[in-house]
Amino acid sequence: MIQLFEKAEKIYPRRVYGHFRNLKWLAMIVLLGIYYAAPWLRYNRGPHVPDQAILIDLTGQRGYFFGIEIWPQEVYLLVGILILAAIGLFFATSLLGRVWCGYACPQTVWTDLFVWVERFVQGDRNARKRLDESGWTFEKIWKKGLTHLIWLLIGLMTGGAWVFYFNDAPGLLDDIVHLSVPWSVLGWIVALTFSTYFMAGFARENICKYACPYARFQSAMFDKDTLIISYATERGEPRGKHKQGESWDGKGHCIDCLSCVVVCPMGIDIRNGLQYDCIGCGLCIDACNSVMDKIGLPRALIHYDTENNQQARTAAKAAGVPAPKGRMKWIRPRTVFYAAIMSLVGALMLGAILLRTETDVNVIHNRSPLYVRLSSGEIRNNYQIKVLNKTHFDRSYTFSVAGLNPRAVTLLGASDAQVKTFVVPANTVGEFRVELVVAPSGTGRVPVTFLLKDQQTGKVARHASYFIQP
Amino acid sequence: MANKTPKGRHPGAEHDEISGVQTTGHEWDGLKELDNPAPRWWLIVWIISILFAVGYWIVFPAWPTPAGHTKGVAGWTEYSKLKAEQKEIDQRQGTYLSKLHTMSFDQIRADPAEYAFAKAGGAVVFKENCAACHGTGGEGRKGYPNLNDDDWLFGGRIDDIYHTIQVGSRSTDPDTHATMMPAFGKSGILTPAQIDDAATYVVQLQHGTPAMPTPAWTRGQAVFAANCASCHGEGGGGNRDLGAPRLNDAIWLYGGDKATVIETITNARAGVMPTWKHRLSQDNQRMVAIYVHSLGGGE
Repeated sequence: MIQLFEKAEKIYPRRVYGHFRNLKWLAMIVLLGIYYAAPWLRYNRGPHVPDQAILIDLTGQRGYFFGIEIWPQEVYLLVGILILAAIGLFFATSLLGRVWCGYACPQTVWTDLFVWVERFVQGDRNARKRLDESGWTFEKIWKKGLTHLIWLLIGLMTGGAWVFYFNDAPGLLDDIVHLSVPWSVLGWIVALTFSTYFMAGFARENICKYACPYARFQSAMFDKDTLIISYATERGEPRGKHKQGESWDGKGHCIDCLSCVVVCPMGIDIRNGLQYDCIGCGLCIDACNSVMDKIGLPRALIHYDTENNQQARTAAKAAGVPAPKGRMKWIRPRTVFYAAIMSLVGALMLGAILLRTETDVNVIHNRSPLYVRLSSGEIRNNYQIKVLNKTHFDRSYTFSVAGLNPRAVTLLGASDAQVKTFVVPANTVGEFRVELVVAPSGTGRVPVTFLLKDQQTGKVARHASYFIQP
Repeated sequence: MANKTPKGRHPGAEHDEISGVQTTGHEWDGLKELDNPAPRWWLIVWIISILFAVGYWIVFPAWPTPAGHTKGVAGWTEYSKLKAEQKEIDQRQGTYLSKLHTMSFDQIRADPAEYAFAKAGGAVVFKENCAACHGTGGEGRKGYPNLNDDDWLFGGRIDDIYHTIQVGSRSTDPDTHATMMPAFGKSGILTPAQIDDAATYVVQLQHGTPAMPTPAWTRGQAVFAANCASCHGEGGGGNRDLGAPRLNDAIWLYGGDKATVIETITNARAGVMPTWKHRLSQDNQRMVAIYVHSLGGGE
């Protein structure tokens, strides 16, 4: 039969114990813990405002993150967060290799959890393989059924947790329990339930290999001083079986036990060197170390190391001199560059948050017409003013204008009725109009500044504009 | 990777040593194409796409047939979607429109939400119907009044504006603002010399009585009092009942220089605005009156 399509080889990662495995468990517990628990944190902001510490309120058009409140006008902060996340990823990658992929990526974390479930129900690598190869026995049916059921439950929890970030969590949970949720919420829960189930249950390493763009362009951040998972070829080769008590003369320390291969979640053989599939999780290191411990050889036949160190050791062995001590070059042009960008963006964001004002004023000069000649011969300009009262209290503002000595200032509020001050309710945007009338001075465009003085705090918000005359 | 491609399938195919895969026999400048099998997940996605397409044909309009296209079981059309969206818009506007029908202008102004609705609607009506002459911002141009200023031919209260929109100016409506200015020069009522004097007087009006009146101004004053003041008022204060413009202010519909004023007196002016009574719905007329009033000169 002609084979037009190749079935992806299923990977059965074997259980492994050790330092990096523990690190991965820790990362999983912390990250999933944050994901599931964060929407339930409360943060008191006073009356009429949600008390959820982390909330993206789409209908109310507000983002809340503990003490920080973000209006749609401040979405540049989101851009800052995205830049920080991207450069942070580059920074970590250039230093430590694909640690994001190996420890923190949701695809890895959920896959790890799903594999744990698989092992919990069906047993370790060999048992799982046997079960897959066997016919549909009662054992296979209940074990497979239970695995998929737990997977779906985890998926349901994942989708369930997601929607809490966009709604008041206790209120929404109450709605979910009483099965009265809007279609949008239900749609997200269903979509994320099945995408989690599919991604972590079936697609797994194929996402990293075929779908993930980051996996493709990360090689641009690698150099010879980046930590990668290295197999110490000069020490391990020539590999071969070894009986207890035999001499190691002429033999490499790799006994070809394939432990590093069977534990790999990507199904690769790290002894072939750096490969695009390797997510840098370090499970092969744990596997190899426990074998080295058993046969009484030093650890670190497979270890996190740089290409430069590896080459130095190979060269030393060829020259017959003792292996140099591996060293890590942390400060390199690219790491300094990434750190500088991160510091810059971080400082800008910190500045934006610290300098955030309680009141924002936006002024739009009426452009059609630019000015109006009145019957008295005076010139009138019209402006639209938007006042963002970001406090949780009603505010009133006194209006004045600098750079111009108007004959008349008219403030218009709701229904274009005249007002004396701008009154803006808590947490809202007030829209007003201002009409300025001056005797023509013949100087064309005059720069003016609109000043809004908060009557409660005395703070002044300002916005620059122009007065235009013929 | 094991070589799973049967040998000899393509002319020129060979075994590639490095990858261990058969080539397709295609070669471009030394680049050879490997004959790797496509991944099976790709095949599965492809089959799912086909199934989706079949489902789509059943649910939505899809295939042309001699008897018209297939309708789809969902009964969906662009037209029905448009209708549904329009219905939603009508429903949303309905609450405001039903109130607009019954409320007076004063009541609308006392209701900020209703006022904002009327003004926004009026702006749209204005741009579609009025902007061609009065400009997109109501700024006007020669012969077409600026609606932003404080000078009104027929009054600047919302009711006045609404009335003018209804009847127009020198339009076909029986109640229209129909007064006409005589062509003083063309009809021979005034001599060119008298017109020149009158123009001297009119141009000076907005600046008040000159400290040292010239003979021409004094003669023009007499001509104005005899011929113009009956409509334009003593001192050129204008008369809104007649639609006679105010002449002692800085605003000129056709121009305030002496040459233009002479032209105006000689040939007269008779600007025309159509009646909108039958072209716009009453709601739209009222909304556009509110919008024009809001431009800045409303009284």
